[in-house]
Amino acid sequence: MKFVSMLPVVAVGGILLLAAKDFPAWGDPQSPASSSPVSSHFIGSTGVDTEVPNMVTAVLADYRGFDTMFETVVVFIAGIAVLAILGGAGKRRASKRVHEVEAEPDLIVTNTARLIVPVIQIFAFYVLAHGHVSPGGGFQGGVVMGASFILIGLSWDLETALARFSIQRCMAVAAGGIVIYGGIGLLSMFLGGEFLDYAELESILPVSREMARYHAMLGVEIGVGFTVTAIMFALYANLSTAGRLKGGL
Amino acid sequence: MFEEGSVINELLIERLNYFIYVVLLMIGLHAMISKRNLIKKLIGMSIFQTAIILFYVSIGVKDEATIPIYKANHDPHGSHVEHGEANGLTGGVLYGPKALKKEEVQEYANPLPHVLMLTAIVVGVATLGLALALCQRIYQGYGTIEEDELLVKIERADARKSLSPIENSKTSSSRKSASQKPGLTKVSSVMKSSISTNPSVTKSKKAVTHKKQPKGKK
Repeated sequence: MKFVSMLPVVAVGGILLLAAKDFPAWGDPQSPASSSPVSSHFIGSTGVDTEVPNMVTAVLADYRGFDTMFETVVVFIAGIAVLAILGGAGKRRASKRVHEVEAEPDLIVTNTARLIVPVIQIFAFYVLAHGHVSPGGGFQGGVVMGASFILIGLSWDLETALARFSIQRCMAVAAGGIVIYGGIGLLSMFLGGEFLDYAELESILPVSREMARYHAMLGVEIGVGFTVTAIMFALYANLSTAGRLKGGL
Repeated sequence: MFEEGSVINELLIERLNYFIYVVLLMIGLHAMISKRNLIKKLIGMSIFQTAIILFYVSIGVKDEATIPIYKANHDPHGSHVEHGEANGLTGGVLYGPKALKKEEVQEYANPLPHVLMLTAIVVGVATLGLALALCQRIYQGYGTIEEDELLVKIERADARKSLSPIENSKTSSSRKSASQKPGLTKVSSVMKSSISTNPSVTKSKKAVTHKKQPKGKK
């Protein structure tokens, strides 16, 4: 069985290694990916189109805004699906776990977490808000923010974290993030442009068309950050307790 | 061994990034095909995903290029004090946004693979979380996440269902929770009781199921 499974693996690996000969060399500036007109256009005219210094953010939230929006929806759907799969389990099979121990949260751990959690959350806001000019953005900031809640859940217990950010609130915040994203897209549509054509927001923002795209990108990233924060914590809370939402690790 | 032109030289030095990606991909694929434990399959899937991410990111590398964030002299909102003084101006000059020339484009790495992989990582986390939730649900229902044991249990449940549909519908109506999957819950509850009472029973069962396994596959 194991030996038979090696055959397709070796075959695929061999073919890919053969194909590697035709791939561009390491760091080749003339490689198809680097010399393609799309990437040259993104590098060359991001500054003119959007005035955003970080091209990755500009491509993510503006040029490929549709992709990112539905990616956020995918994250949201994953959170809902995990709730749906594990949600009913808690009531049916309560108090099934045998290896659970009742223990006070450790003093050193909780006090360290007490000190470090606000710093993590401020850093998350920095990563989120500074995503235009430095590496960062909605997904990264959202994950850091979600990690701060997971840290609370790890160092105290899950109830403490859920008292601050309950699952219902998680879902509301996650849905709110998508509403922010889609709302900005719809708003630009109602203002005369196309869906997610942020430049049309200039008529309600006191800035130029380019800066309207710049600021709309921040709004979109905030929506993404909301969704990712909530879903990351909801995933942790559900998966660590098999849907019972108490006890935890 | 590492001289110019040899296969090893080409694979391990010139094209090391492709070599690592292929090796990671093979590890992931092998884990997904041959492992029976669902969690191990998921680990394989994650390794596979990492291989693809490495492939894309290594393609985005460009010699003598920096990260895809505008340097100060190309920054749409940047000001460059030295430049301003050279022109006889004080307090620096604000640059307006301007399109980059072709040789200036070469100074920045390709942003597109990074954007695509950012997407892939996030979707990967979402799918991994969903898959883990499914594994937990399967464990709650069947008491195992070993694929061969699962197949035997599902087959047994199906056989029971086809034998006595009347009895099954009776049990399902009497149980609220069994209304969705009448056959499965009944069998799984039997299984669970035997498993939870005696762990050695599962081991002996596993040995039995290994023998039965080819039958189950057919």
